[in-house]
Amino acid sequence: MEFIQQMINGISLGSIYALLALGYTMVYGIVKLLNFAHGDILMLGAYAGFFILTFMGVTPASMLVAFIFSMTICAILGIVIERTCYKPLRTSPRIAALITAIGVSTLIENGARVIPFMGPNPKQFPTFTSINYDVFGINISMVQIVVLGVSIILMVLLNYIVNGTKMGKSMRATSYDMDAAFLMGINVNKVISFTFAIGAALGAAGGILYATAYPQVQPYMGLMPGLKAFVAAVLGGIGSIPGAMLGGFILGVAETLTKGFISSKLADGVAFGILILILVVKPAGLFGKNTNEKV
Amino acid sequence: MINLKNRAFNILTLTLVSTVIFVILLILQYFKVISEYTGLLLTLAGIYVIVSLSLNLITGFTGQLSLGHAGFMCVGAYTTAIAIIKYGMPIPIALILGGIMTALFGLAIGIPTLRLRGDYLAITTLGFGEIIRVIIVNLDSLTGGAAGLKGIPTFSNTGDFIIDAIIRFSWVYIIMILVIAVIHNLINSSQGRAIISIREDDIASTSMGVNVAYYKVYAFTLSAFIAGVGGGLYAIFFGYLNPAMFGWLNSVNFVVIVVLGGMGSITGTIIAAVVFTYLQEWLRVFADFRLVIFGLALIILMIFWPKGLMGNKELSITGFIRQLRSGEFSPRQIKTKWNEFRQKKGRKKDGRAD
Amino acid sequence: MLKKVLSVALVLTLVITTFAGCGSKAPAGETGPIKIGSIMPISGPVSAYGTQSRDAIIMAVDEINAAGGILGRQVEAIVEDDEANPEKTKSAFTKLVTDDGVIGIVGALTSKCSLAITADAQARKIIMISPSSTNDTVTDAGDYIFRSCYNDSFQGQVVASFAYKDLKAIKAAILFDNTNDYSKGLTQTFKAKFEELGGTVVSEESYATGDMDFNAQLTKIKGTAPDVLFIPDYYNTVSLIAKQVKSQGLTSTMLGADGWDEIANNAGDEVVGSYYSNHYSPDANDPEVKAFVAKYTELFGVAPNALAALAYDATYILTDAIAKAGSTDPEAIKTAMMETNKKFVTGQISFDAKRNPIKSAVMVELVKGTEPNKPAVKYAATVNP
Repeated sequence: MEFIQQMINGISLGSIYALLALGYTMVYGIVKLLNFAHGDILMLGAYAGFFILTFMGVTPASMLVAFIFSMTICAILGIVIERTCYKPLRTSPRIAALITAIGVSTLIENGARVIPFMGPNPKQFPTFTSINYDVFGINISMVQIVVLGVSIILMVLLNYIVNGTKMGKSMRATSYDMDAAFLMGINVNKVISFTFAIGAALGAAGGILYATAYPQVQPYMGLMPGLKAFVAAVLGGIGSIPGAMLGGFILGVAETLTKGFISSKLADGVAFGILILILVVKPAGLFGKNTNEKV
Repeated sequence: MINLKNRAFNILTLTLVSTVIFVILLILQYFKVISEYTGLLLTLAGIYVIVSLSLNLITGFTGQLSLGHAGFMCVGAYTTAIAIIKYGMPIPIALILGGIMTALFGLAIGIPTLRLRGDYLAITTLGFGEIIRVIIVNLDSLTGGAAGLKGIPTFSNTGDFIIDAIIRFSWVYIIMILVIAVIHNLINSSQGRAIISIREDDIASTSMGVNVAYYKVYAFTLSAFIAGVGGGLYAIFFGYLNPAMFGWLNSVNFVVIVVLGGMGSITGTIIAAVVFTYLQEWLRVFADFRLVIFGLALIILMIFWPKGLMGNKELSITGFIRQLRSGEFSPRQIKTKWNEFRQKKGRKKDGRAD
Repeated sequence: MLKKVLSVALVLTLVITTFAGCGSKAPAGETGPIKIGSIMPISGPVSAYGTQSRDAIIMAVDEINAAGGILGRQVEAIVEDDEANPEKTKSAFTKLVTDDGVIGIVGALTSKCSLAITADAQARKIIMISPSSTNDTVTDAGDYIFRSCYNDSFQGQVVASFAYKDLKAIKAAILFDNTNDYSKGLTQTFKAKFEELGGTVVSEESYATGDMDFNAQLTKIKGTAPDVLFIPDYYNTVSLIAKQVKSQGLTSTMLGADGWDEIANNAGDEVVGSYYSNHYSPDANDPEVKAFVAKYTELFGVAPNALAALAYDATYILTDAIAKAGSTDPEAIKTAMMETNKKFVTGQISFDAKRNPIKSAVMVELVKGTEPNKPAVKYAATVNP
């Protein structure tokens, strides 16, 4: 019984990791950049939601407004960051872009700390009163259902955008070979901006869900989930969308089961240990393309 | 023959210059021209130089991004500290032991991750660093756990703070010079060329007969050894260790130093490490704005100097001295150059006057 | 040739030293203001505590100066930021002592930062009084190291005896931060005392700093059905844990320590019915407490937390001792510190042989406030284990 309960805890946690890992993976798939600032987009999204919910009160309608508002804001922000910080570095060594991403992350986190209405102190995130459902002795909370439900809806939506629209087709083409895509008449700049926008919007949605499940917002809140989502993305094979989803769920469940049945002291160690093991066996992650370099 | 003469010249001048700088810094500290606080920062900068150089060896020269160097430093620091506290070992042996232990860890992480490259290797080393921390937090009886390990004796205890500070500085400075010499010689040897060829193109170097796997592990292990010794110095320098001092954000700091200085530039790394140490202190007055400025500076620097301060070039003292010797900067030479310059200018003016 | 090399080396050294900035300033003399250093995390993860403590120290120093200073001299407080990073604490300490010439230090805030400088402070005979480093070993370094808060083992015992004697609990569970010395220290002393009294600790689960999901641990704890759940951590983590405790349907009474201070402003009704130990109860009728809270609130616009009160007391303990010693001689100040026996904001304080303050702890209960989801604090008991 406890096992099933822990599985539910793990899946609920994993769905948030998955949502965040998607943002990492999509950006990586297109521009081969580890966007370290993704965790901070989560934080900004959560704050945007926080302001809406504090202002409007917590109702299903205001939740919807919060989601739309914060996803839009963060999508715009994602484009701005890409245009100002990453675009000038597209032809530079990749590590330069990585350091820039670290710079963006430091800037956003600490910028939030000095902005008066955000500030360094944690704030309570307004949520609906939690209702617990008892299903055959297993405790499922309303929050867990909402988190899982919204994540699945967003993942299905993303899947449709990538696989069913013209923009998605351009994205896949750009990811496959940017130069060739450009020659085929695809507006690569537009595609990259769009990818950053989608990634940031997913991050924002993840932020609101994260803050709903763990009702607190503070400037450093994106750090840990950002790191874990990064791990999840690599685990699943960075650049692969189903890989990121699976990676997120695996990480969430593995972490929870370790805490539940092995030792809560070793949970982080085990999570990273699994990562290293998987990478040693499959160096490109679970769903990663094992590219053999052509000479 | 000329080559040999050149080499002897290089070694001689470099030894001389580093000794003179060393002696001058000692004198300045002794007569309190440099305050103890500044001396402390110089010493800390020396440790940062050591660890950053070790990272540059694998990231800059071998081309393997590591995000776990704080983890290596951590292993070295704890090993050295425990060797001194629990087993009463003398400092040099404890430092070497710290280095060897870290090198073993480097070997253990280097071999299985040979197949990984780029970001996958980065995340693995990051994970390794975090695992090290989890282990140290849970080995309470040996490492003091989350409360930290305290009571590590300092380099010396003469009762005179200035003398102690000078001895502490000497230890770090001499080891730093040794590390610079080792890495400089390695890079300029046939092994070094093999290592650099891996960074440029590992498939091409394999086909040229370079044993890529061997050199990767070699560089990784040596880098870990140096980082471990740096960690050991850090432990004795502080007298107190806490797992929180070695988080992954610290590893990121070292990557920032290496990239800012220029990947594959020894002098670049040295300059960046010293600047970084000082900036951290200077920016302290800005409190929460400090990291805002830092983040902004990183972005701007990378956009305008994506190759870092030095790129992969070196600031060469011997080269500079050679130029001096050849008379390029001799007063007479400068004077003639200046005259030529003025004449040119004068001609222009005259021309316009016409 | 040699001349040229030497001149190059000299130029280089000059560059380095100019870069290094200024040399040492004159050390503290017998005239001019008496300099007191303070090392607080003004930025970084615990800046919320650091800034309040800094404000309280400056408020105390301003009061002293308004009343004419000590030894006929003004007091100057020099505050350095350590970001709660032990590395920075060490350089801040060296700067304060060698460049500024302070004779005493109020700080550092967290135990791991204090531990990084206690040996140095002892060796250099700098009186150090930490307002809030509760780790037992902080004062071990020697007779120049004091603190104005009680230590972890005292507090763990207080909560354990309150749980066993007042709440009649027999089965206790603990959920603690394994990477935080404060949380770990409290866990050990709580467990030892609770078991010594006759209770059993049925479950001991941990997490790492920065974790936000505790469902796995709570599910496990729920299976052991404890009477009380001890959560020794700071309020921001506790408020997250408390919500998950409720959503997991766990009904044990929650217990906490002084890190819970301010939880009433940072959590909803889920913490109602919990108890925690604190340095003082802000709703007490004590004139000292009332005056301090009123003045602080007026100056800074927010009510002070317990750490601010401790920092305020630490400043007064140090300056009182300097006044009593009649000189800035460290030996004399140290002796005067040991003779401290006076009523401060956080209670009557005197020092034991290990330079820990001898005072009692207060247990506070969280009760329903006037508004929903705005719990209030109520004095529950004064405990001396």
